[in-house]
Amino acid sequence: MEKELWKGNEAIAEAAIRAGVNCFFGYPITPQNEIPEYMSAHLPEAGGVFVQSESELAAINMVYGAASSGMRAMTSSSSPGVSLKQEGISYMAGAELPGVIVNMMRGGPGLGTIQPSQCDYFQATRGGGNGDYRTMVLAPCNIQEAVDMTQEAFDLADLYRMPVVVLGDGMIGQMMEPIVWHDIPKRELPAKDWAANGRRGRDHNNFVTSLRMDAPDCEEHNRALQRKYDLISQTEVRWEETDTADCEILIAAYGTPARIASSAVEELRAKGVKAGLFRPKTVWPFPSKRLAEIAGQDSVKAILVVEMSMGQMVEDVQLATKCVKPIGFHGRPGGMFPSVEGIMEEAEKLLKEVQ
Amino acid sequence: MSTVPAWMTACRLTALVGHSGSGKTEVAVNMTVALAQAGIKTALADLDIVNPYFRSRERRDILARLGVRFVSSSQALVDADVPALPAELNTLLQDESLRSILDIGGDSGARVLGRYRHQIAAQPHQVLLVLNAHRPWTRTAEQAIASLRQIEATMGLPVTGIVNNTHLCGETGPEDVLLGARLARQVSDKTDIPVICHCAARPLAGRLPAMDEPVFPIDVYMKKPWER
Repeated sequence: MEKELWKGNEAIAEAAIRAGVNCFFGYPITPQNEIPEYMSAHLPEAGGVFVQSESELAAINMVYGAASSGMRAMTSSSSPGVSLKQEGISYMAGAELPGVIVNMMRGGPGLGTIQPSQCDYFQATRGGGNGDYRTMVLAPCNIQEAVDMTQEAFDLADLYRMPVVVLGDGMIGQMMEPIVWHDIPKRELPAKDWAANGRRGRDHNNFVTSLRMDAPDCEEHNRALQRKYDLISQTEVRWEETDTADCEILIAAYGTPARIASSAVEELRAKGVKAGLFRPKTVWPFPSKRLAEIAGQDSVKAILVVEMSMGQMVEDVQLATKCVKPIGFHGRPGGMFPSVEGIMEEAEKLLKEVQ
Repeated sequence: MSTVPAWMTACRLTALVGHSGSGKTEVAVNMTVALAQAGIKTALADLDIVNPYFRSRERRDILARLGVRFVSSSQALVDADVPALPAELNTLLQDESLRSILDIGGDSGARVLGRYRHQIAAQPHQVLLVLNAHRPWTRTAEQAIASLRQIEATMGLPVTGIVNNTHLCGETGPEDVLLGARLARQVSDKTDIPVICHCAARPLAGRLPAMDEPVFPIDVYMKKPWER
């Protein structure tokens, strides 16, 4: 397969087209603008529908509408725009509608900065809208993974009938890397016999809603959703680990900071410091079980969590490991990157403190 | 003091245009550094009003140390994401003691040149098309020429030379540069626009076979935070 040089946002848009997205609804915001731009040029060519909505709120509700009729629908935005979409995501979760939402995170809160960040971790993994719900959250660390995850997100959304978030920091959207277009594994998908797309020989109208007026019925609906989330927590957890077998300091990071952490691990090893890296590829479901196993190893003296935010994933690390080992944190918020040196320094400091 | 190749000093004004992501900024910064290191009074204008990331203004400090006059599209607030053009740009176009490199945004970003085309056309200038054969929309000569013609129509100036900047970031090998050289040759044959040079990261430049046009060794200034 021949390699091509793609910019993250363009590649994500092309990946969605290859995954058979029927409808894209979006609104411009940096650093994700190339996604709607690319979609406007190329989705109609592929037989799909592109609409630049009047707002992010409109876009997510258009996704709701298109998904209700059985279409593969998608929207993308960056942090402040994704905040606006939270109501729609909650409604989609309640109505069990599939859809793909890309968040190319920028520094916050509020308008913040257009530079890259990971400050929407809580919003993505806890749900920024109302109600007991989860969204699957895929966190790519390079463009190839962003492409593969975007394609897979559509299958996952259809399989579990839920919104799936592709969570990238702004770097994922803006940087360019070589990628290869290849077939990703396809899931066996159930027919969308629930879609409100006409009778089609049925004896009843399909009705898509998140409204469940009857309390016992609403309770049962919540329990059914929870069973789905429990199943996903068992079957869809993904992570990557390097040099964990004998590591004394375990560094946990996701997205592009994990690549900086990876460089730090290499340099620490070269200095004789036994460092290892744990990178969640799904941040919900969080790879808690495996992380707890590693944390429980005798070799591990401490865990350092690195984020481009002020300490959000660190809470999942604490929950997963039950704090069996000391947990340190190194974060750079507001559009700034951690440095390889900064991570090495924090890792060595933490090791010294615990020894 | 180092010396610079003739193509770089051929004209007082050099504008770098091309498809988005073709590597205009990296070429612009490298040209500027090469000129400044040769003791030539040089200015660089970052006129990318399209993309707020990976801009030459991020390398402002390196340029400042070399005494380069640097002009950016929104100097007051580097991350403002505002497509405003600086008045100071006129200095680069008017001051005949300066060698000026104009780093232009991809595709439709070339429209910023439209406003200055009369000023540019009135003096010695070259408009160089930066071409990467690994970018998905400039892989064939037909695609590259379509992109070239669109950019020319947008800016209202003809492209005068082709810079082969074919790479795959850190995964680039000699074969990639040669692939790009073949594409540049095809584009040149069909348009009569000459191939000016072939860019290659400095360690790779020494491993290339003999080429028809000069090789321009590039230092990668736009590094990602995990790259060493």
